[in-house]
Amino acid sequence: MSLFIVNILDGFVTGLLLFMLCSGLTLIFSMMGVLNFAHASFYMLGAYFAYQISLLTGFWVGLIVAPVIVGVIGAFIERYGLRRVHKYGHVPELIFTFGLALLIEEIVQFFWGKSQMAYEAPEILDFAAFSIAGNTFPAYKVFMIFVALGIFLVLLYILTKTRVGMTIQAALSYPETVQNLGHNVPLVFMGVFGVGTAMAGLAGVIAGPVLGTFPGMAVLLGSIVFVTIVIGGLGSLWGALAASLIIGWLQTFAASYNVRMEDILTGLGFTKPEPIWDSAWQDLWTLTLPQIGPILPYLLMIIVLVVRPQGLFGKRET
Amino acid sequence: MSTPSSTPLKAGTQRLIPLNHALPWIIAAVFLLILPYIFDSRSALTIMNQMAITIVFALSYNMLLGQGGMLSFGHAVYMGLGGFFSMHVLNWMSDDPWISLPFLPIFGGLFGLMFAIMIGAFSTRRAGTVFAMISLGVGELVAAMSVIIVIFFGGEEGVSGDRTELLDFFGMSFGPQRQVYYLTAVWLLIAALGMYLYSRTPIGRIANAVRDNEERAEFLGYSQRHVRWISFCASGFFAGIAGALFAINFEILTEENLNLATSGSILLVTFLGGVGFFVGPIIGAIVFTLLQTVLSLYTEIWALYLGILFVSTVMFFPFGLTGLLAIHIQPWKLGKISHLVVPYAKMFIPAVVGVLSAAAVLEILFHARHAGLGEEEMNLYGITFDSHAAMPLIIAIVLAVASFFALVKLAPGLKAAWDEATHMGGAKQ
Amino acid sequence: MSVPAIELRNLEKSFGLAKIIQGVNLKIGKGERHAIIGPNGAGKSTLFNLITGKYTPTAGQVLMHGTDVSGMKPYQINRMGLSRSFQITNIFHNMTVFENVRCGLLWSMGYKYSFWHMVNRQRDLTEKADEILEQINLSSRRNMVAGALAYAEQRALEIGITIAGGADIIMLDEPCAGMSHSETDLIVDLIRKVTEDKTLIIVEHDMGVIFDLADRISVLVYGEIIESDTPEKVRASTAVQEAYLGTTVEEA
Repeated sequence: MSLFIVNILDGFVTGLLLFMLCSGLTLIFSMMGVLNFAHASFYMLGAYFAYQISLLTGFWVGLIVAPVIVGVIGAFIERYGLRRVHKYGHVPELIFTFGLALLIEEIVQFFWGKSQMAYEAPEILDFAAFSIAGNTFPAYKVFMIFVALGIFLVLLYILTKTRVGMTIQAALSYPETVQNLGHNVPLVFMGVFGVGTAMAGLAGVIAGPVLGTFPGMAVLLGSIVFVTIVIGGLGSLWGALAASLIIGWLQTFAASYNVRMEDILTGLGFTKPEPIWDSAWQDLWTLTLPQIGPILPYLLMIIVLVVRPQGLFGKRET
Repeated sequence: MSTPSSTPLKAGTQRLIPLNHALPWIIAAVFLLILPYIFDSRSALTIMNQMAITIVFALSYNMLLGQGGMLSFGHAVYMGLGGFFSMHVLNWMSDDPWISLPFLPIFGGLFGLMFAIMIGAFSTRRAGTVFAMISLGVGELVAAMSVIIVIFFGGEEGVSGDRTELLDFFGMSFGPQRQVYYLTAVWLLIAALGMYLYSRTPIGRIANAVRDNEERAEFLGYSQRHVRWISFCASGFFAGIAGALFAINFEILTEENLNLATSGSILLVTFLGGVGFFVGPIIGAIVFTLLQTVLSLYTEIWALYLGILFVSTVMFFPFGLTGLLAIHIQPWKLGKISHLVVPYAKMFIPAVVGVLSAAAVLEILFHARHAGLGEEEMNLYGITFDSHAAMPLIIAIVLAVASFFALVKLAPGLKAAWDEATHMGGAKQ
Repeated sequence: MSVPAIELRNLEKSFGLAKIIQGVNLKIGKGERHAIIGPNGAGKSTLFNLITGKYTPTAGQVLMHGTDVSGMKPYQINRMGLSRSFQITNIFHNMTVFENVRCGLLWSMGYKYSFWHMVNRQRDLTEKADEILEQINLSSRRNMVAGALAYAEQRALEIGITIAGGADIIMLDEPCAGMSHSETDLIVDLIRKVTEDKTLIIVEHDMGVIFDLADRISVLVYGEIIESDTPEKVRASTAVQEAYLGTTVEEA
């Protein structure tokens, strides 16, 4: 039971982290029709910038400054890169962001090399917040939950209560009309792209110490992020939230419960063939839940697409 | 057999294959035949085989992206699966072979086809972004499966085999590299011709129609989904052939043959060559393989250069290298190509200096940052210097900036020449 | 009475809360030239999209030659012999004029999803496509890229693609939109020529075209048909004048 609660919290952290990426991606997609393949690369940049800044000034300055730098870079790329490619259509846009993802990974390796950076959580948060029957829960993860929830509430407030938020919501559905009403839609686009990438950057800043700061971190998370928003329904913010949490929990639970196929099969009355490495069914018999954990999001995506092509919360068939 | 056409309008209906259609293929065949006599070293053969495989793979990718409007981030799956399956066929048969090696690619193709039928059933429902995301998810799924289904994918070591264990083919055992080259070259011709002809069939034409305007195609009796699905299957088939050729050449397949990096690089190859043209992927595959081979010999940061090249292609030349060549057809036809020679020649030197000095800036920075203690000395373009000193970096930056300004200054001249060269009539001769 | 070419039974379509088509009943006989008119926003395009399968009806049925086709996909309806054009020119811009027409022919001439025919070598296909180009007066533009045609030529090509498949029900969505008087006359002649012996359903704003072409006119206002009769009767109907134009239709 106590392990269960710790897993619920761990999965919640992972889910919220995913959502910080997915929300920005969803906003950008809904408004501009472009899926930013490089989104996870901005997450990586956030972690690296924060690391570099933390060497000089410590963790807390990096927490604030790194996302801002990432956001400015994002806005700059929207203005001078994406907007240029926009006229060729959505597929070239997607190809552009894909190229960007490759390039950012190479640039990161250019400056920081291939090995993992010693980017650590601040000492002040380096203690166990509480423990449940011997399972401790680090304070840093509590901090992560608060940051992610804080961002979520700020986003919700901006979108529903401010003038800019109203414009963004309107531009989601009727970009031309909003433009005709005199709103500067390109500027709004640039802003949304900047804020979206800054959020990804922030996610990187707080995830870097836990998940590791290395050149592969973007690829590792990138595909999961896309799968998440497809499961949630492209363009749906609530769908992204739900799917993020589902995947967060799915992965956490799969990793910590060592359910073995062998036990299930024996329980069903099958006999284990001996020696196992000569059997054609060896892979089935040796299968464990932690082993298939990483592929669960992809399996879930395929199931969702077959059963409900519009995604969990999508309004139309995507 | 062929009756003379009554009007010039019906020129397209003769029965015989016109020579001008067959000619490029004959030239290509002759070229492939003599190539190993020009470049006969072992490494050259390896590079040529690599190119041929990449061409088949890129052409099959372009059946999706160029002809069908489907952007895939998981095409390596079909090549990889075809390759793994061929390798298993090879191993199963090694005790008691009943075919010879040149027939192996058929198995690879069929296996790729089989998976394309299954995956395409749900992934081709939509084109564009959704298709791209599903292809990515499926790609990651299959790549991750490779460590779970060890019996098929061989886990981390992959699956390997010995290509010489099948029946001899007219006395050829396919041990020597050159025999493998000819096998690959013949399959390259067969696959390329097959894909070319496919584009001229009703389904091939309608695939283009669906790409351009899926709604209109639906109102002409075609289900956009079925059209995409069929194209997807055909593409999977040819990708499977490429996979089998890979298996034959390298005698090993690993997770790397399935993953996102491989899928991504074929997108890069195809886009670099130009997606709008049949020859685009061919040019892309040749240039990319050469660049990769040459750059990786001389520099550690070759992937960075390729990334820069790719992003600038998407931004500035969305029609790729072939597109860049194709825009010269009009001045050529107008007989004005000579107008461009002088402006191009003027820009050549600053362009070369610019590229080399910009690369030098990157190389110096990289060296300064990553070289070990006591290894400050670096060698660039035959010059040896201390990478931590400021002077070389300043020189490189100055050169790069200077040539950039020279190019900016020369640009209006080129534009004027270009306008003149593409303008009909005027000062011609 | 024989089975109508198109019959609509209590057809309804809602988008969210907005009920755009509210219970339309209509019979269009074989060989009839039927025009649908109505003010902007009356639901003409929606009705078109319901009949052709782009939208699924919220309630009611669409029958084609007595067969219920509601909920079928556009391509299924097309294969049963219904073809449509679009209000906004909807051709294959990157293909040649000839190829555009040929795409319209492929399914109906039995080539379907074939990957064992070479299109260029099918004499019947080429001849038929050239014949249609002749009909729509675009033979001289045969090998031009369709996107490079003049607007009026693109509209003619649009009609050419629509009729190419030999469908016996032709639906034209504002074929004369954005055309000059002389161009309109040419297109009307063309429509008359290519839809001979066929059922024609047309939406058009140009009243001259409507009264020139149509055997019967249905007036659609706020998703309901308020009048469906011969042009003379419709012209005389005060209900139509009040509801639709607010003025007389004499100006046509």
